[in-house]
Amino acid sequence: MSVLDILAYPSEQLKKLSETVEQVDERLLAFIRDLEETRLSGPGAVGIAAPQVNVHQRVVIVDVSNMKKPCENHGHMIMINPEITEWDGMAMGREGCLSVPDFTGNVIRAERIVLNYMDETGEKHEITSSGFEARAIQHELDHLDGLLFLDRLVSRRTDLFQRKIYK
Amino acid sequence: MNWSVLTLVGADQQGIVAAVSKLLFEADCQLAEASMMRLGGNFAIMLRVGHDASADLKTVLAPVVDGMKLHLHLDEDVPASPRHIEPDVHITVYGADRTGIVAQVTSLLASAGLNIIDLETAVGGSAEQPIYIMSIEGHAQQGIEALRNAIKNLADDIEISLTEIDTLRA
Ligand SMILES: [Zn+2]
Repeated sequence: MSVLDILAYPSEQLKKLSETVEQVDERLLAFIRDLEETRLSGPGAVGIAAPQVNVHQRVVIVDVSNMKKPCENHGHMIMINPEITEWDGMAMGREGCLSVPDFTGNVIRAERIVLNYMDETGEKHEITSSGFEARAIQHELDHLDGLLFLDRLVSRRTDLFQRKIYK
Repeated sequence: MNWSVLTLVGADQQGIVAAVSKLLFEADCQLAEASMMRLGGNFAIMLRVGHDASADLKTVLAPVVDGMKLHLHLDEDVPASPRHIEPDVHITVYGADRTGIVAQVTSLLASAGLNIIDLETAVGGSAEQPIYIMSIEGHAQQGIEALRNAIKNLADDIEISLTEIDTLRA
């Protein structure tokens, strides 16, 4: 296993569309292990997408189960050819990216999503995800389409419209 | 490269940002962070600018400062990379408009360790019954719980809500 180099913007490779995975073979599995090791080497990264290490295949890893403040989650997920089929609600949150060092910004995402994906054993899943996990998934899937959170920044002045409030 | 922070204030008019950045660009200055706001017909912008030690920013900006009747304040030799503080809490406050609401809320929060990074207030409602709205982003140096405890002591007629900002890293 090895930690792969993470591309940083303005690398053009981050803006390219990733391709559908046709078959899960030993080579892909080895890559996924490296991708995971790369994610874990980043400071507190809850997700990573294959194009961030210059592999343009539709593979992402998301795991928000170790957050300091626990949130609803599906544990550690390796997603191959993930596809969001339903979006619901809107929420603003702050995002940063391994590929955009030293900057964070506010982004509006769907509050709840339904998505399909295949795991590394070839099993198909359909899950409903919400909140922070849904945000992480949407961030990663954007990478597969050549989008960065920078493409979706909103002004901090939008803060007054935040939906969720806790006293 | 030297870094300076310049603050320009004046009556709001079209084209200030463009005029300022054009002059700085032509003088080979480098722009870093900038923040701009409008308030009641006035305009303010703060810019961190990188420049040659020999550059005289006051002279560089003289055309726009004089032409648009702006006030320029210059802080020279500021550190190149100020430590980037990430907000970890967002606070919204509102209530009937009355004197002292900002002071009351901010001093309570400050005593509980809040370092304010961004603050914006507005007055809404009707002329007879104005309401005061305030939005704050900050860093809770003593943790969010300390802030939660502090706001319990706030007057009943002030609504305050506190949201943790969990920054996604992915
Ligand atoms: Zn990212």
